[in-house]
Amino acid sequence: MSLATPEVPRILIADDEAPARQRLRDLLDECREAFPLAIVDEARNGREALGVLEREKVDVVLLDIRMPEMDGMEAARHIAGMAQPPAIIFTTAFDAYAIKAFEVNAIDYLLKPIRRERLLAALGKVRAGPAVSRQALEAAATAPRRHLSIHERGRIHLVAVSEILYLRAELKYVTVRTAEREFLVEESLQHLEEEFEPAFVRIHRNCLVAREAIAGFERNSEESESGWAVVIRATGEKLPVSRRQHHVVKQFK
Amino acid sequence: MASINQTGAGIRLPNFCNLGVMLRSLLVANLFVLAAALVRAPGLAAAWLEFQLLAAFCEPVLIVSLVALCAARRPLHRLSYVPALATIAAFEVALTWAAVRVGAEILPGRTLPFAHVALLTLFVTGCLLFYFDLRARALSPAVAEARIQALQARIRPHFLYNSINAVLALMRSDPPRAERALEDMADLFRVLMADNRSLTPITQEVELARQYLAIETIRLGERLRVSWRTETMPADALVPPMVLQPLVENAVYHGIEPSPTGGEIAIDISRAGGQLQMTLTNPYPAQNRHAPGNRMAIANIRERLQLHFDAEASMTSAESDGTYTVTIRMPYLTANA
Repeated sequence: MSLATPEVPRILIADDEAPARQRLRDLLDECREAFPLAIVDEARNGREALGVLEREKVDVVLLDIRMPEMDGMEAARHIAGMAQPPAIIFTTAFDAYAIKAFEVNAIDYLLKPIRRERLLAALGKVRAGPAVSRQALEAAATAPRRHLSIHERGRIHLVAVSEILYLRAELKYVTVRTAEREFLVEESLQHLEEEFEPAFVRIHRNCLVAREAIAGFERNSEESESGWAVVIRATGEKLPVSRRQHHVVKQFK
Repeated sequence: MASINQTGAGIRLPNFCNLGVMLRSLLVANLFVLAAALVRAPGLAAAWLEFQLLAAFCEPVLIVSLVALCAARRPLHRLSYVPALATIAAFEVALTWAAVRVGAEILPGRTLPFAHVALLTLFVTGCLLFYFDLRARALSPAVAEARIQALQARIRPHFLYNSINAVLALMRSDPPRAERALEDMADLFRVLMADNRSLTPITQEVELARQYLAIETIRLGERLRVSWRTETMPADALVPPMVLQPLVENAVYHGIEPSPTGGEIAIDISRAGGQLQMTLTNPYPAQNRHAPGNRMAIANIRERLQLHFDAEASMTSAESDGTYTVTIRMPYLTANA
């Protein structure tokens, strides 16, 4: 693409609209003189952007907020979990809620149509300042994620929230259980509960179960304080219901 | 009608603090008192005396009523019509009861029967309120017109900025297409900013929707597919302006944008007897939905249809198997009819 030297910032463009990508490409080409850079690739949605990040070294992602499949906000939250995340510059035409959230959480964004001077300023700032924090992105999010991400040796595994059977807190980590396997994510069970409520219900201090995954309830006086256990669809596992969460059993009956 | 009912009693009850309303109330109530006096008294001279006596009783009640209703008009206007009427009636009966008691103290010889007087009070109050309601309705076309103007459809700012961005990109790669896009945008905004109170030819509405779709196609490319069925559309039909474009915009926003592969919007306009029917179908993917709360466009069109056609127009929407359908029926009107 370009004969860039290694220290030149490598940029990824993510936008679902072809003319919007073209426009950013044109502008970046114009910026080159004042600010040497390389355009690594383009992506049409958040999922494609994550794919590029697995393959290529990227320093800056120009990330559109509103995209199909996976929007910019969710992609940014998965990116923030990477070991060496690229900087993110959000772009948007008009998203009143997102913009408000960005202002509150001091996250930078560019408004479309983007001006060359603004783009240059944003690129300069990215080089100087630290990346956007995960907490800030979490606070700015306006919708729950549709995936959880597991980062392993540079790979980003996405687990669809709809496939999760239950989430169980274990010391520092949370175990994510799907019908096929288990994953560990470094998140707090309480935050997950707040984000994915009401699709998940708490049955125990350390356990959230997907409502969809509940096959039924069984009396189980030995292991559980309440005398009840949740039977998980697909795996048949039985998870104890605590005394405090006993009302959940009644709610489903 | 819903538009009027939804705004509470405010439109149907008079403004009790208005001088005209007060004077009319006083005049009408006193005419009733005069009529009552004429009926009760054996002769004209006696009737005058009788009127003075009744007025001495009625006037305080009237003035207290008017002052109290003026003071309470805001909470009253917030109620819906029937509870507001009931409140006023209850208040008038209570006031009459108090007046009868006071009257009995002052003039022990001439006690008025409470039930009798209360019924008369209710009758006069009812007549007055009925008259004010009729009057408000007679004047309401002005109100309706103002509402239509206020309800003028607004385009999403999201569309404006994204389109400008897309045109900026085209300026380098495809200048003739950029020119056409700007021409389309100019036409679209001309209609948006125009005085949209009167009906417009349906051909113009269709053209506007086509121009809008041409702009969106620049952004969305092959994701946006449109099929038109207008073979049986009567070209001389008149419709409220901006009924079609906001629906098409909704279809793009909720049906096409959230899907990576896009989909097809089908627009069908036909005549069925004395009715004009527009049907718009778009995919509505369960996944990846845009935030709801954009029912505004639909509610806006529904209200404008009601203001133009009252109960003769209808708008229905249905969702099934990932498809969203909106149907509008309205009277088939032409410029000559």
